Amino acid sequence: MSYQSARSNLLAAPAIAWLVVFMVAPCLLILSYAFFERGVWGGIEYTVTLENFARVVDPLYAKIFLTSARIAGLATLLAILIAYPAAYAISRAPRLRQPMLLFFAVLPFWSNYLIRTYAWMVLLNREGLINNLLRWFGYQGEPLSLLYTESAVIIGLVYNYLPFVILAIYSSLSRLNPELMEASRDLGGGPIRTFWRVTLPLTLPGVAAGGVFVFVLSIGNFVTPALLGGGRFQMIGNVVYDQFLSANDWPFGAALGLVLIAIMILLLMLQARATAHASGERARVEP
Amino acid sequence: MSAARPSRLQGRLVLFAVFGFLYLPIAVLVALSFNDAGLPTSWSGFSFKWYAALAGNGEILGAAWNTLVVALFATLISTVLGTLLGLGMETRRRKSTGLEALAFAPMVIPDIVLAVALLTFFSLLNVTLGLHTIIISHVIFDLAFVSSVVRARLKHFDYSIVEASRDLGASGWTTFWRVTFPVLLPAIIAGGLLAFTLSVDEFIIAFFTAGAGRSSITLPIQIYSMIRFGITPEINALATIVMGVSALALLISQWLNKEQMQ
Repeated sequence: MSYQSARSNLLAAPAIAWLVVFMVAPCLLILSYAFFERGVWGGIEYTVTLENFARVVDPLYAKIFLTSARIAGLATLLAILIAYPAAYAISRAPRLRQPMLLFFAVLPFWSNYLIRTYAWMVLLNREGLINNLLRWFGYQGEPLSLLYTESAVIIGLVYNYLPFVILAIYSSLSRLNPELMEASRDLGGGPIRTFWRVTLPLTLPGVAAGGVFVFVLSIGNFVTPALLGGGRFQMIGNVVYDQFLSANDWPFGAALGLVLIAIMILLLMLQARATAHASGERARVEP
Repeated sequence: MSAARPSRLQGRLVLFAVFGFLYLPIAVLVALSFNDAGLPTSWSGFSFKWYAALAGNGEILGAAWNTLVVALFATLISTVLGTLLGLGMETRRRKSTGLEALAFAPMVIPDIVLAVALLTFFSLLNVTLGLHTIIISHVIFDLAFVSSVVRARLKHFDYSIVEASRDLGASGWTTFWRVTFPVLLPAIIAGGLLAFTLSVDEFIIAFFTAGAGRSSITLPIQIYSMIRFGITPEINALATIVMGVSALALLISQWLNKEQMQ
């Protein structure tokens, strides 16, 4: 028995070593940097301080947090509103066609993130397809400035993360017991009522999983705001980027990074609770 | 059941709209890459000239070469380490939560956090940044994906064939190479292809761990610096090629996964 375990540990050892040295150690390092002072010429002054965290809640940065949370929140909401009907339609399609539909829903997710974002720069440009279409339909005025707006950032985030939300909601929907819907109908529930009282509550774990994914990836994103927001919308990711690559204030950047991780862990915990709650609900529904 | 018909039509409309939203931007890019003018304003004739321009652009070719080097090394290392990790985790008698968390973490840590952590770490140790630091960093998340693909395969693995092999007198080593490895191979290749695709496309961590020189610029870093300042027609052609390669690798990986499920 111990021989078996020893061999298993030996097999896993190189990968574990790699992760401990190149992932755990760097993350612990950045954790410690957040509690040190910034040196006069950049660099680290090894004096313990909480000032970096005080700066995070400073009105200037608190405002950036709120902007990031608003943008990420709207992107999450929109992604769920688009993904739910799509996932529902896929789950209702003929069984044999479902894997293919899912594959094509997720395929764009596997192309380069920068290229997908760039595609929206092409579409939203003043000379882009959307403005051209408007002109073609007889619009006479100035071309619309669609690019470099908050809406453009939100569209980009929704577009980039939508496939995953469809997948998450679909996997919830496909695990749903169809007898529950039949039971609801037999008891006189119409399609709308069945949806609100049975289908939606039972698929909330999928919605939560997809939503948390979009929110976490959006709030720390710096590529989409830089490209589609034209640098006009500072999000936390952009501030972290600046602290490390231009301002040279690594302790403050580290503190911001830790806050991002804290938000992520908090949301993952909430999601786990939502899942546990829903399975409790299921236990009540299913005898 | 009378409601079934309109809902099927609604379903089709929804799927049509969502797939339109997902594929229109990509279709426009691909179409523009063959547009003589190269600008979204008008179609001025079919042309390969942006592909030709790409072939003559030394910076882009250099970046593509770097990307290939990084992806090949990262895939090689992560496929070996990830497969061993998957085997180690699945053959353990007692599941360890710490190990599960460690193997899962690279997939959930926000990119930017891992990127700045690695930059801090390498600079503390005075490691010169370059292609090697990008490779080291990519292995972290690549191996997590490889091990999860291998573990999924091992969950369906029929261990009685291992016992049969041992009963027939094969040593542990022979059993591994003649029985376990061939069964695992499709999953290992699928995992490797996944790692390769992820590595080719990865931008944020590469950007932070590349250092300042031109010699370690990868394709995503090059693309970022080009599109940051607006639209250039060459990017359309480059984007089309990159998307084509990713889609191909994904199709092969999917096909292998399907094979192994049967």
